Amino acid sequence: MTVRVLVAKVGLDGHDRGIKVVARILRDAGMEVVYTGLFQTPESVAVAAIQEDVDVVGLSMLSGAHMTLAPLVVEALRQRDSSIPVVVGGIVPSNDVADLKAAGVAAVFGPGASDEEIVGAISSLVSPTE
Amino acid sequence: MESERAYDRWRRDYDAAKLRRPSFATMSGIEVDPVYGPPDGEFPGVYPYTRGIHASMYRTRLWTMRMFAGFGTAVDTNRRFREIIAAGGTGLSTAFDMPTLLGLDSDDPMSLGEVGRCGVAIDSIDDVRDLFRDIDLSAITTSMTINSPAAIMLALFVAQAEETGVARARLGGTLQNDILKEYQAQKEFVFPPRQSMRLVRDTIAFTAAEMPKWNSVSVSGYHIREAGSTAAEELAFTLANGFAYLELAREAGLSVDEVAPRLSFFFNAHIDFFEEIAKYRAARRIWATWLRNHYGATDERSWQLRFHTQTAGVSLTAQQPENNLARTAIEALAGVLGGTQSLHTNSMDEALALPSEKAARLALRTQQIIAHETNVANVADPLGGSWYVEALTDEMERQAESLFSELMDMGDGSMLEGCIRGIEQNWFQRHIAESAYQLERAFNRGERIIVGVNDFLDGNEAEDLELLRITNEDERKQIARLATVRQRRDDDAVRRARERLANEAADPEVNLMPALIDAARAEVTVGEMMATMAGVFGRYVEVPVL
Repeated sequence: MTVRVLVAKVGLDGHDRGIKVVARILRDAGMEVVYTGLFQTPESVAVAAIQEDVDVVGLSMLSGAHMTLAPLVVEALRQRDSSIPVVVGGIVPSNDVADLKAAGVAAVFGPGASDEEIVGAISSLVSPTE
Repeated sequence: MESERAYDRWRRDYDAAKLRRPSFATMSGIEVDPVYGPPDGEFPGVYPYTRGIHASMYRTRLWTMRMFAGFGTAVDTNRRFREIIAAGGTGLSTAFDMPTLLGLDSDDPMSLGEVGRCGVAIDSIDDVRDLFRDIDLSAITTSMTINSPAAIMLALFVAQAEETGVARARLGGTLQNDILKEYQAQKEFVFPPRQSMRLVRDTIAFTAAEMPKWNSVSVSGYHIREAGSTAAEELAFTLANGFAYLELAREAGLSVDEVAPRLSFFFNAHIDFFEEIAKYRAARRIWATWLRNHYGATDERSWQLRFHTQTAGVSLTAQQPENNLARTAIEALAGVLGGTQSLHTNSMDEALALPSEKAARLALRTQQIIAHETNVANVADPLGGSWYVEALTDEMERQAESLFSELMDMGDGSMLEGCIRGIEQNWFQRHIAESAYQLERAFNRGERIIVGVNDFLDGNEAEDLELLRITNEDERKQIARLATVRQRRDDDAVRRARERLANEAADPEVNLMPALIDAARAEVTVGEMMATMAGVFGRYVEVPVL
């Protein structure tokens, strides 16, 4: 079964180089990728993820607002009774990783993460459905 | 003019120039010439300026070490500004936070988590008063890195300066105001492209008429490169945008020679040393040739491309961050050998956070070492004549010209139309995304080594840098400041100013600057001014391409 991923930019951060490159890497790995564009809210991401029936949500965050916004995306999904895992990539200091995981983020990819690492982590988050 | 040889012209200007020192020699005492090359070749300060825009280059004045700063509230940034001035700085460069860059007030729900984080938060004239408190705006120059709300920030700045008794004509500085690259690369857009260009037109016309010391647009390739373009794409897209602003001003009735000398440029200094130097040399030559031949400029100042350089943020790594000092030094050297007018060096910790004070000082020290220890500033265009660098310069020019042709075709002979249609048709965005992807592929296949990231990994465990942490405390403080302004201001004056702004926005013939200055005085907030204009202009929604 093809893995479906929603990649998203939440808040005001316009840096979209990384998200576009990662989207293509995931496609190259055979995944289906949905990108809803810039300036999304946690709610709009949750709604789109559920509507698009994706397996994983990937947030790209480079402005330093990850500690505020990433947990809100997790919360917005859980409030809608969705257990879709959320992963974060971008400029995240290693000190913040534990806090993000405690807030329900499934994986964090810092600067320099390799293609294999990202593809492998996302694949392993998706448990095969019957 | 044509009859005077380049050498004679250069000699005349060089002999008339004031120099920093009576003589220039190597460390071992060898006297060196101001420039080297055959007498019938090109010379700095002479058209087409491949070798530099001044005859004496850094022998008269070193480049400006302009470091970019801004964080937290206006009070915090004012303190940093006054430190810079006390240390001998004569130029300020303001970084705004993300909500301000997108024209949102700090209490807007979308601003959550971003207030004061990447720069200073400015909501109204009240913040501008604190930002420049006890700073003599007639004695320093101020650079403001802002685009979508650039006209508003200029209005706030003029209104505040005039409150303190400094007339607008005495204000010197630069507004980034380069909206085209926002759609192409940086993505901090608000209004649709054509409506945004009207605001750029208004600021160009207003500053041409009333602010003789002001640079109206800083045409920026930096962000295009950071978003993933090649060096030639950075060069071509940036110059094409510059041509587009000239055509825009011409439509508003201004002559090329009234506008071109007030445009400055801003380029990236990436890690491929010689390619970057070739890029700067090609940029000067292309600009001079196009301005003279295509746009018919007759003022020499119109032909001279002046530029600021910043080292490449994307070349920095989070792994072994001290390695970034070496990268930044090499990139900064390329900017200097390429003849930049001003330079910002990134700090080694910027792949992780905003710079700490210590890291920012090291970045400045890097420039001072290049300027004062290496002697590289003694000779203009020291790489001119290198077969390699000359060939790369020609290749940069060739690639840029080929991209210009495509844009001209897209715009039916107009670069202005070509740039706007190129945005609307995702032409720029697709080019940049494709180049970024190809670079990433090369990295992932191991064809491109990044030290500490895909090779030479020893030492990656230790991460003991002291990072600057920005708390949510600033956000709370700023929202409280804004609440005070909203409470004490005259609501009728606010309503009248917004009505005037809406009415005048609806008439494309009117210059909006006077209405914006009025609104600034009435303490209308940045978010309110933007919302008022968005009511007329609409908002831009990008259809993303992958």
